[in-house]
Parts: sequence; structure tokens; C-alpha cells
Amino acid sequence: MDLAHYRKPYPGTQPDYLHPLYVSCLRRAPLKPLVKIPQTLSEVTGPAFERERSLTGACDLTMGEHGEAQGQRICVSGRVLDENGRPVTNTLVEVWQANAAGRYLHKRDQHNAPLDPNFTGQGRTFTDERGHYSFLTIRPGSYPWGNHYNAWRPAHIHFSLFGPAVATRLVSQMYFPGDPMLEFDPIFNCTADEKARQRLVSALDWETTTPQETIGFKFDLVLRGRDATPIEPKHR
Amino acid sequence: MSLQTTTWQTIGPFFRIGLEALFEADIAGEGVRGERVAIAGRLFDGDGKAIPDAAIEIWQANSEGKYAHPVDTQDKLLEPGFRGFGRLPTDDDGCFRFTTVKPGSVPGPGTTMQAPHLVVSIVMRGLLKGLVTRAYFPDEPANATDPILKLIDPARQGTLVMKRSGEHADVLLWQIHMQGPQETVFLEF
Repeated sequence: MDLAHYRKPYPGTQPDYLHPLYVSCLRRAPLKPLVKIPQTLSEVTGPAFERERSLTGACDLTMGEHGEAQGQRICVSGRVLDENGRPVTNTLVEVWQANAAGRYLHKRDQHNAPLDPNFTGQGRTFTDERGHYSFLTIRPGSYPWGNHYNAWRPAHIHFSLFGPAVATRLVSQMYFPGDPMLEFDPIFNCTADEKARQRLVSALDWETTTPQETIGFKFDLVLRGRDATPIEPKHR
Repeated sequence: MSLQTTTWQTIGPFFRIGLEALFEADIAGEGVRGERVAIAGRLFDGDGKAIPDAAIEIWQANSEGKYAHPVDTQDKLLEPGFRGFGRLPTDDDGCFRFTTVKPGSVPGPGTTMQAPHLVVSIVMRGLLKGLVTRAYFPDEPANATDPILKLIDPARQGTLVMKRSGEHADVLLWQIHMQGPQETVFLEF
């Protein structure tokens, strides 16, 4: 079968598995080299979520069961593109985050900060025909963790995307401009390439900022793109 | 135009909030033909401790060897409603259990055919980017000629082959080790 393959990442733009400053990876990162395999039909296909499209109302995280969530209302939006600059359309975008006080609605989060009965911190939506997505949410707080003395994560929103194939799966985190904790965060700093790191920081966006209501932040995501034409080994 | 792929970040310990809506243990669903099997897996860290906070995702072809995806143009039957995707968190004992049908063979590079396999993605706190591996089936003659298994050191190939449970023939057992002498083979593509 003649398949177009997905490109390899640029050097330094993706984290290594072992980054010792991030303590959790010490017993979980694979220590043997990964085995390189050619991309087959199994890697260039992947799940689609058409039947979940009918799940509505999941992209406004600010409206809780009994009223509005506490905190600063923000609109997070952007485009999902591939490396060739083409929009990734109709693809699932899953997000989750801490509340304004820096607390997750999760049994393992023991941070002594209040839960918000009107904020679950989870949402999902789909990109449109231009690859555009948008969420209304609350600006998350920083929270402490046990990685090192006085460790606080910079405020962030988790993103999970599939794109068209197993090869395009992406899980990442969006940060906020000017966050003083970024400099000290081993997760944010695990990637060698400075520009790649900075692309994880969203930008203030006046276009989605509305008077008296909402501050907008823009965050674009790029998934792996395919080589322009399928290349069979015999043609090399 | 050439953009660069967004940098991965760890999925962290609290992914259940965001991923739970699409948890799915039954990969094949009702009315899908094929040999019914359960995949009972367990995940261990470098100290041999079970990992209770990972997410496992599986992608597979149907029993004919066809993926529910437009790039798969093979002239094979695909049941309506078959997606071939499962997603579960590991439990407090590091375990996960999917039910599905054994997939058929799918084409490999050139004119090769691949042995039946599941594509398995693993994400968790402590993994700065996701890992992908494969689960192959026990007692499967096609494993011997699989073009991907062939690329792996024979001493480590066994880490990708599930074992049949002694008690229930339709239950396949699989241990994933992140590190150590039994470290599972992870794939890069």
C-alpha cells in the first residue's frame, strides 16, 4: 500500500524521556533506546470521534450546576494546523485544568485549596473547517507539587489531540504569558529548543477579548504533517 | 510552509478529568464479528511497583484486517459502528482490562503482511511524551514473519507478545515494564 508518511520532529523540539530534574520520570522513562520502525497502515491511521460530536455544551467550562464558576473568565482559542500549514479539521480537542484556586477536581489532588462546586475543569470540542477551536473557561491557579522544595507549577491548561493518525497524537500543556513560575518549572523546561518552549505560551488576544466580560488568549497547536508525496524505497 | 510540531508535555496525574468522557473498555462493540478476547494488562515502573495513574489507548483493525479510517482503502468488509479504539486508566493495582476481537492481518511495508496486533499508546505522569508499543497474539504463526517484530532483538520480542491465561483461554495477559531487565520494547516512527 502506497502511504504518505509523517515527518520526524525537528531536533530539540520534543522532550527526551529522561529529564532528571523532573523526578517522576526517573522510574518511569524507558531506559533502552526506542526501536525505529517504518510507518505502516497501523501508524498512519487512528480513531475518529464523529459519534461524540453530538455531545454539546462541553466547551463552556464556566457554567456549573448551580451557577457560574469562581475566577477570571477567559476565552482560549486558536487553530490546529499540521506542519504543512494545513488546518486539521473536525478533530477532537480535550482539555482539563485546575480551578481558579489551583485545585483539581480529582481524588488524588490533596492541595489545601477550595474546590469550586460550579467548576469541573473538563471540556471537549472539535475544530471547525478552518481548524479553529474555542473554549470559555476560568484562568487556572498555580498549585504546589512535590518535585522539589517550594515547587509550584505555572498555571496551565492540559490539551489532548488525536489528529488523523496514531502518528499525530499530541498531549501538551498551554501556559500563560508572563508567568513567573515558568522559569523554574522542570516540565516546561524539559525541551532543549527555546522557541519550541515559547510556543507553549499563549498570547493575549484582543480579538477574543470582550469588554466587561472575557479576556482572550490565543494558542495554536501544530500536529505532525505528512511528506508531500509518498516515497517508496525503490525510488530513492 | 513548514511549521514545527507542538512540544509534548506530560499528561500529568489528573488526566481522568479530561479523558474520562471517552473511556472505553469494549473496543469492538456488539455485532462485530471475530474471535472474542479480553486483554488483561498490568503496568510496572522501574522499581517493579504497579503504576496506578497511567492511561492506555488501543487502536486496532477489525477481524478482517481493516482499519476504520479513510486511508485504509483495502477491499475488505468493515462493520458499521466498528471504531477499533479503546481507552482506560490503570487501576490502583496498575491493571487494565479491555474486551475486543482479535484483529486480522494488515499490510506492512512493501508486499509484506503484518501479524495481528494492537497498537498501544501509554501516557502518564513521569512520561514527558507518549510511548507507543504493540501487543501481538500468542500461538500466532504469522508472528514469525512479522516485518516489525523482525526489527526487534529476538531476546526482547517476547515483551510484545501476550500470554494466554491458564484458566480462561479467551483471556490474554500482558505485562508492560517501563524499565528493568524485562523493559518492554517501545517504538519510534
